[in-house]
Amino acid sequence: MAVKDDNKAASNRKLLNRNLAQMLKGGVIMDVTNAEQAQIAQSAGAVAVMALERVPADIRKEGGVARMSDPKMIAEIQNAVTIPVMAKVRIGHFVEAQILEAIKIDYIDESEVLTPADDMYHIDKNKFQTPFVCGARDLGEALRRIAEGASMIRTKGEAGTGNVVEAVKHMRKMRTQIAEVAALAPEQLATYAKDIGAPYELVRQVAKNKALPVVNFAAGGIATPADAALMMQLGADGVFVGSGIFKSSDPKRRAEAIVKAVAYFGDPTILAGASYGLGEAMRGVDLDTLADDERLAKRGW
Amino acid sequence: MNVGVLALQGSVAEHMKMITSVNKKIDVTPVRTIDELSTVDGLIIPGGESTTLRILLDEFDLYTPVKARIEAGMPVWGTCAGLILLADSVENEKPYFGLLDVSVKRNAYGRQIDSFVAEGDFAGMYIGMVFIRAPKITRVGGGVEVLAEHDGTPVAVRQKNILATSFHPEMMPRDNRVHKYFINMIDSKV
Repeated sequence: MAVKDDNKAASNRKLLNRNLAQMLKGGVIMDVTNAEQAQIAQSAGAVAVMALERVPADIRKEGGVARMSDPKMIAEIQNAVTIPVMAKVRIGHFVEAQILEAIKIDYIDESEVLTPADDMYHIDKNKFQTPFVCGARDLGEALRRIAEGASMIRTKGEAGTGNVVEAVKHMRKMRTQIAEVAALAPEQLATYAKDIGAPYELVRQVAKNKALPVVNFAAGGIATPADAALMMQLGADGVFVGSGIFKSSDPKRRAEAIVKAVAYFGDPTILAGASYGLGEAMRGVDLDTLADDERLAKRGW
Repeated sequence: MNVGVLALQGSVAEHMKMITSVNKKIDVTPVRTIDELSTVDGLIIPGGESTTLRILLDEFDLYTPVKARIEAGMPVWGTCAGLILLADSVENEKPYFGLLDVSVKRNAYGRQIDSFVAEGDFAGMYIGMVFIRAPKITRVGGGVEVLAEHDGTPVAVRQKNILATSFHPEMMPRDNRVHKYFINMIDSKV
């Protein structure tokens, strides 16, 4: 009986964690580095905030090892807003995740934006009560993360560049592969699973439902309302905006505009209004100028 | 019959699927504009973030027309965030529509790690209830009927044409009885 109850509790937890991601759909999750920014994000209509010490653009510029944020800073943000608070841990750093769970963070992002702590393995996320979101460039990567226990997926894009091209690439790849899987005969699924490095059971689920088993947001390089709406029209369930807001000339207005653009992503008139006179977007980086080892999306196994 | 789901943010697709699962002949309309609102016979305000929803309702001038429709008797159902928007009093905040005579406290059950699943009676049906960073109903006015309780606290209430739940029936894809209940509310109006 006890075992049965434990199983039930575990499957309920998995469900609840996926459900929270469903509540965030159609919304914008914003990177913030202090309580004041968190309040600006909330009053602009963010559905959640990501608490971190440096936005990806600064991590890129300043270099050094990027780690989990100070729990004190995260607690200040938790106290400043009513919306869910997320925070990042390094890939494979399960102790940073234990610490975030201890301070009751609402969602943990095991993120390639921070410096990886393990160059072979990700965190066994099934061990945690707290939900995880992970980055993915394609279906195989997404399903490996889901097998490890992620309750939400986001494209990796190329964080801190203000350049949406990689996020588009990852979202298109994912959609294409889901359509491919859905068109396969049952006897083709095991080989397909092997080819993309994904667990067979999850590939079978994708084939049956023609969708990922969890919510999929866009992230990495989104800087304008048009970028956000582009990702939504390509099939994203919502968007993360990292450096794009607080590295722009008027964060409050830009934050509000991106929230509107995501809610009305299919209405060009509203998108035009939201884009009107927003001031300067973040400067951005041409990806051809990035060396291979400067590409954060390559992190993750 | 045409059931609207306020489609600004949140568990919109889940609610739409549930309505269709009750009866394929029912039209389901995602509502983002005044025109769309005018076509529906009832409205679901889904789960999501209530701060986001109220900002978008204000921004796109939906506050007054939605409120007017509810006051004119259109059946409305708020789940979680929707309950917060309908409530007459919200702890530490200005109420939004203020049409449902209850007081609520946001995130009163705790953070995500405290989210939970429970079971209980809803208007005579035994159902599962999913609570996600749920608001708590802390006071119920005289004209409000309590349809479900959890641990002695009301979690589903009805005041004439207004239904509200702290939990998320749209997250129970195999059990559409609460959606059926709401459709019956619309049916008795249409």
